[in-house]
Amino acid sequence: MNAPAAIVPVTRVRPFYWSVRRELWENRSLYMAPRVAAAVVLIGYVLGLIMGSENQLDLSSLPPALVRGRALVPYGFSAFAIMATMVIVAYFYCLGALQGERGDRSLLFWKSLPVSDRTTVLAKAAIPMLVLPLLTFAVIVVLQAAILLLACAFLAAKGKSAAALWNALPIMSMLVGYFYALLTMALWNAPVYGWLLLVSAWAQRSTFLWATLPLLAVSCIEKIAFDSWHFAAFLQGRFTGSISRAFSVAPPDPALVAEAAKAGAHSGRAMYIPETVPDPAKFFGNPELWLGLAAAVALIAVVIRLRRLREPV
Amino acid sequence: MQCIEARGLRKSYGPTTALDGIDLSVAPGRILGLIGRNGAGKTTALNAILGLTPYQGELTVLGRNPWSERDALMNEVCFIADVAVLPRWLKVSQALDYVAGVHPRFDRAKAEAFLARTTIKRGSRVKELSKGMVTQLHLALVMAIDAKLLVLDEPTLGLDILFRKEFYDSLLNDYFDHSRTIVVTTHQVEEVQHVLTDLMFIDRGRIVLSTSMEDFESRYTEVMVHPQNVEAARALKPIHEQQAFGRSILLFDRADRDQLATLGEVRTPSIADLFVAVIGGTAGGAS
Repeated sequence: MNAPAAIVPVTRVRPFYWSVRRELWENRSLYMAPRVAAAVVLIGYVLGLIMGSENQLDLSSLPPALVRGRALVPYGFSAFAIMATMVIVAYFYCLGALQGERGDRSLLFWKSLPVSDRTTVLAKAAIPMLVLPLLTFAVIVVLQAAILLLACAFLAAKGKSAAALWNALPIMSMLVGYFYALLTMALWNAPVYGWLLLVSAWAQRSTFLWATLPLLAVSCIEKIAFDSWHFAAFLQGRFTGSISRAFSVAPPDPALVAEAAKAGAHSGRAMYIPETVPDPAKFFGNPELWLGLAAAVALIAVVIRLRRLREPV
Repeated sequence: MQCIEARGLRKSYGPTTALDGIDLSVAPGRILGLIGRNGAGKTTALNAILGLTPYQGELTVLGRNPWSERDALMNEVCFIADVAVLPRWLKVSQALDYVAGVHPRFDRAKAEAFLARTTIKRGSRVKELSKGMVTQLHLALVMAIDAKLLVLDEPTLGLDILFRKEFYDSLLNDYFDHSRTIVVTTHQVEEVQHVLTDLMFIDRGRIVLSTSMEDFESRYTEVMVHPQNVEAARALKPIHEQQAFGRSILLFDRADRDQLATLGEVRTPSIADLFVAVIGGTAGGAS
């Protein structure tokens, strides 16, 4: 990635912007991993088309109740794959974000420039909470456009119409849904990112072990002492629970369910997929969200303090 | 206003005392050499000056408290430390973009001009450059910053003699202009002797010698004594004596040069000779 040769006036400084840029320079996996995941999904999709699961595209033979669900399968799955990649990348990014600069001893170089610890840490926190979600959204949009175009091209090659496919896909609400999913994921996961950044700022090495083993230990102690899994359930909710808290399953239309059951009886594979819709009232009305955000703010404040206090080796 | 003013500067790491009450006053426009053995407290002193470590005692740098006002201070202070290495993944062009993007006093054209005199390519990453080239790059970045105080902690460690010479030549010819202040620590004292305006020896957290270079030259005299005059020379209380080529070399503090000239060949000692005389005696007993 070549930086633009823009001439920056001497007096105009943008420490936050350039701090974010520097994270992207250093961690190329941030923008490479979602792209590679998208390429893998695309290859899988093309293979599927070639290997003959083209009847997936043949919506005309399906009862109307199943059309939408069937049409959405590759889109829903591909969005899930890219978002899962993003979360993994974000976790590992956070673990290395503040440990890496101490490990390669570049910390003092960064500290020799007039960029405050607060700006630096906020730029690092913005990567999983802002930059990666936006990047992921862009990758998902491009990937799904490619899948849709491939499907249309494939149908055209077979001499079939793509009209049923276009009609079945609620493109606007899909886009809104992805954006909402990424936004809520960033907010819900914020304390996890804060915790990982804290470990990264504190641990000399083995950040992964420091980030995970203490949590496991607490869970084990709870199980042994009280024979319960509350902490484990809490962790699972924090690490993977954003979608179930941000979306609700729309009440199924009984007529469609009945129709689907009838069709499913002889096709075997067909089933009614209940529609999952954004539920901002539920998500933003959840006190757990706000407690988590408060915890994230506190954790990041500690990270800023730690970077300040961390003595050069 | 002094550039750096310290009174009773102390710093301990657990039971180890790194700085044991240092008094320091550096005027603007000086080039101070801070010389000491490994672990003498040089880097700790510099870290305190740069606001990288908390300390006890009074310390002001450019009129500010370096620990509580570090963010503001770093607009006017710059440093190169042996341990402040450029990250290996950084491209030369990115280094220029980044420093230009965050430093209000960075003159990009100046850095480009300096780099143009080297063989460093814009597209190279730091890991592809030799150690000498990395130092050139770091120096190019730092010299293009209009800082009031430049701190150099072992800046030439691991460089060959040509890079070292070029480093100090560039610093003196292209950077230093008598309004800036430079503090440098190094083990290669012979190379900075002609660069410094002030000299300070630090040992076990204390300053054991502090002098301007003008005073240094008038105060200390080294005499290669003629064999027949050795006893007479010793009577004048040299602070150090060593043997070389079968001759005695005696180092005197505040002695009469004309009198010494009658005893042997007189010259101004090197910083290294004085360092051995001042520190070597005390350290020798301990180690």
